[in-house]
Amino acid sequence: MKKNWPLWEIFVRSKNGLEHRHFGSLHAADAEMALENARDVYTRRNEGVSIWVVESKHITASNPENNGELFEPAQDKVYRHPTFYDLPDEVKHM
Amino acid sequence: MTRTMSEEQIKNLEKQFEARIARDEKIEPKDWMPEKYRKTHIRQMSQHAHSEVVGMLPEGNWITRAPSLRRKVALLAKIQDEAGHGLYLYSACETLGISRDELYEQLHTGKAKYSSIFNYPTVTWADMGAIGWLVDGAAIINQVPLCSTSFGPYARAMVRVCKEESFHQRQGYEIMLKLTKGAPEQKEMAQDALNRWWWPSLMMFGPPDAESIHTEQSMKWKLKRKTNDELRQQFIDQTVPQADLIGLTIPDPELKWNEETGHYDFGEINWDEFWQVVKGHGPCNKERMNARVGAWEHGEWVRDAAMVYAEKKENRKLNKAV
Repeated sequence: MKKNWPLWEIFVRSKNGLEHRHFGSLHAADAEMALENARDVYTRRNEGVSIWVVESKHITASNPENNGELFEPAQDKVYRHPTFYDLPDEVKHM
Repeated sequence: MTRTMSEEQIKNLEKQFEARIARDEKIEPKDWMPEKYRKTHIRQMSQHAHSEVVGMLPEGNWITRAPSLRRKVALLAKIQDEAGHGLYLYSACETLGISRDELYEQLHTGKAKYSSIFNYPTVTWADMGAIGWLVDGAAIINQVPLCSTSFGPYARAMVRVCKEESFHQRQGYEIMLKLTKGAPEQKEMAQDALNRWWWPSLMMFGPPDAESIHTEQSMKWKLKRKTNDELRQQFIDQTVPQADLIGLTIPDPELKWNEETGHYDFGEINWDEFWQVVKGHGPCNKERMNARVGAWEHGEWVRDAAMVYAEKKENRKLNKAV
């Protein structure tokens, strides 16, 4: 029999108030083992207070080849930024 | 016609790619990359990962015989770090589309190399000191520049590795320091370990620049920021005063401070020995591979059982849902 342990992506919250951040990946037979392994691999020095594990195959990623059509349209929309708008200097805190 | 076009396109892509790296942009796994970039990175990262994993073996030899609980927990923690470093690096490598199993296969069949330093035996406790001080010291010098290498996953893994590695060197140097302050036999043991590990440590930086085949390309891709000889010199310059400080003698009669260059001059390295060990004729090459392959094979039933158990649990969940 030959069935490899699947790959899991590991997200760790380093302290409350911060978001979970991608830390890396590892192999494990199931989610529970992925959690246990993530604890040993990624939080040996108090790096985290919470761990998420997601099997890698469940992540859908954008393709860098499509970066142009995906992200370039945002570049010419300066009106989405506050500095686009001209206001008199007298207006404070806006 | 189409073929010439695509070759030209590839050339164009390669140019853009090199320009991105030159601008210090990072390359991420799904980005287009030249095949040679992918292959070189798989080779270097996997070698690095294998070195971490095989590197556990010489130290594992002393866990049960550490002289105190303090030394034992530190050694265990260091070895556990090395397992972790191997894992970070294997994961980074897998982002390039090679599986963990293929990577292990390459190690176990001898197709992939690991750092030759781990083919030397650890015969006394002082070797734990010498390894931490010298071998980890040399590894740090090799690794720090990799924190800013061009391939994102490799750079990120190296940041974590370097953060964790500094305790390794300090614990090794502390072992040496304690031994040199002990009984004459203990001091002798420390000196003997230095005598045996010094030259192999210098070899860790790889062949002299004139003979190093990968340097130029690796510099371009920021897999290397300094040459083998520059890094070796840096290691010697930083380590000699550390040996002086604890009253140990570097086993090189030609070692001498050079006022003019501001560096230590040192004796000839025995490159024949280096190539012998690389080719598999070091004192422990066979032993290391037997231990590694044995661990993998004897663990197979555990890996299989875990998989079957995971499937059984999953099925039970599904049945309940029905």
